[in-house]
Amino acid sequence: MTRLFISRDSTALSLGAEQVVKAIQEQASLKGLDVQIIRNGSRGLFWLEPLIEVETAQGRIAYGPVQTDDVSTLLESGLLEGKQHPLCLGNIEELPYFENQNRLTFARVGLTDPVSLEDYVAHDGYRGLKNALNMQQADIVKQVTDSGLRGRGGAAFPTGIKWNTVLNAPAEQKYIVCNADEGDSGTFSDRMIMEGDPFVLIEGMTIAGLAVGATQGYIYLRIEYPHAKVALNQAIAAAYQNGYLGENIQGSGKTFHLEVRSGAGAYICGEETSLLESLEGKRGLVRFKPPLPAIVGLFGKPTIVNNVISLASIPVILDKGGEYYRDYGMGRSRGTLPLQLAGNIKHPGLFEVAFGMTLRELLYEYGGGSASGRPIRAVQVGGPLGAYLHEGQFDTPLDYEAFAAISAVLGHGGIVVHDDTVNMADMARYAMEFCVEESCGKCTPCRIGSTRGVEVIDRIVNDVQKDKNTVLLRDLCDTMVYGSLCAMGGMTPYPVLSSLNHFPEDFGLQPAAKA
Amino acid sequence: MQDYQSQKPIVLDILDAHRTMPGNLLPILHGIQDTLGYIPAAAVEDIAKALYLSKAEVHGVISFYHYFRTTPPGKHTIRICRAESCQAMNSKALEHHAKQTLGIDFHETTPDEHFSLEPVYCLGNCACSPSMTIDDEVYGRVTPEKFDQLVAACKGAK
Repeated sequence: MTRLFISRDSTALSLGAEQVVKAIQEQASLKGLDVQIIRNGSRGLFWLEPLIEVETAQGRIAYGPVQTDDVSTLLESGLLEGKQHPLCLGNIEELPYFENQNRLTFARVGLTDPVSLEDYVAHDGYRGLKNALNMQQADIVKQVTDSGLRGRGGAAFPTGIKWNTVLNAPAEQKYIVCNADEGDSGTFSDRMIMEGDPFVLIEGMTIAGLAVGATQGYIYLRIEYPHAKVALNQAIAAAYQNGYLGENIQGSGKTFHLEVRSGAGAYICGEETSLLESLEGKRGLVRFKPPLPAIVGLFGKPTIVNNVISLASIPVILDKGGEYYRDYGMGRSRGTLPLQLAGNIKHPGLFEVAFGMTLRELLYEYGGGSASGRPIRAVQVGGPLGAYLHEGQFDTPLDYEAFAAISAVLGHGGIVVHDDTVNMADMARYAMEFCVEESCGKCTPCRIGSTRGVEVIDRIVNDVQKDKNTVLLRDLCDTMVYGSLCAMGGMTPYPVLSSLNHFPEDFGLQPAAKA
Repeated sequence: MQDYQSQKPIVLDILDAHRTMPGNLLPILHGIQDTLGYIPAAAVEDIAKALYLSKAEVHGVISFYHYFRTTPPGKHTIRICRAESCQAMNSKALEHHAKQTLGIDFHETTPDEHFSLEPVYCLGNCACSPSMTIDDEVYGRVTPEKFDQLVAACKGAK
């Protein structure tokens, strides 16, 4: 029997992977070929999806992008033996953009069957948990602290410190909550790991539970990710069946329960306190901090709220040790970041690399420049609340502090590329409009400020008291930055002001001297 | 519009199934919408009673979340992504085309009740923008031509 791998990842599906699977099944059965199709995660090289990999004596040989029309010629020219064909890419792991990655968190994504527990264990899965089960709680937390891991959701808060706070908060019940509701445009690493290797998230959450003494976990998942929900629920069921979740995990006497809860299309619920309100069954209104969720979290109990990628990075840290992880990266940004290249880019996809690569390298060497072939003009890093960068800033290394130094954020590692046809006044207006749409409404700077922001930008663009309104817009942004309760209102000015500062000509203002 | 009396037993069953679940309001609302396609206004009273909440609280939750709807959807729901990555690949033209072709705006349903059109802010398919979904299927690199084909295929599959 020949084993073929075709992804079940949403993006592969969105490009026709399911039809390719059907075509192969039909034609193989007509020809009497013995083929088993394994639905793996995606390697993340999305311009090559739908991708087929075939297992041969020489390793896994890849073909892509494959459409249904290609299937008959592929089979005729010897797909099952890994033979030549115009779509043949060779071994995907030897392609430069794959080979040069540091895949720690995404090590298994695209390689394994995401919902096969056997496959997971065969590829080093649950080794971190095995270690954790033999460790003291404080030692688990220490490994996480030593790794230098910072929250991959946006605020970049040190994970070990958060865990330590929950560990030391006395309570009968504690919770682990996975924030799988980060709806930033241009970010899809959460979705990819949940669809492509759900066990790594489940293992990370289980370790978190052991570390701080929490017996219940929730994954609060975006409703926009139906395929992730299916994969997570399949994997959770398998973990329960095999004693990796529930009572007496692997005979240790330890307990951890895990459940997926669906969000309902509110961007603000990616903010941790809004998320907790939503999990409690309320409107997703932001809470005042303090108290921190680590002290008073879900249902008033100490709670770890971590992002998907933060939790999915835990197993490798507990498997190989905090130092192993810390040795990747630069400065205070340790380990790796799964970067996501999207928008107008020739080679969009997910690239996991150690911190420190420059944006330019990523855009041109990995990304191959714009998809349209036109010059890249503006790049938004870190989601809809991230700043727009201009050409002169592309040499900034991907590092939390380096980005902060240019009033930008690295956030979740999502990178959206725009070519020179973009109108940056439109993008600034959209940022305010998005805030109008998605503000929870609890604090005035965000709720009212965004509405007024749209109006003021319209006046500037329409040449109504241009200078006065430009001053007013800056003043408004200042109020939002310093007066908002959370990052929604506090960071909406990032894309607005960066557009205004770097691309004033789009607002009909004098062009700035570019640094 | 359907008569609530015929829907009530379904709502009561869902309420009953979630009775002991902590933080059960969202799962209940999802359960109702998954089954009925929307959350009937008349269900608010039953939900409020079962959860010891005020009707205003329940209504407040329903109206807070974009995903929940209080009117029946068309046979198929089309969601077009409006976020930045899709904008960078000309989703505005796609949006415009969809509205023109279907003859409706966002949050509306075609008079033949075949399609509802909703905006969405990121489907996580940013690497192949512009993106949209029809019901639970995601489509990437959607051009106006591809939109027409997909819509025609949906109509063909009545």
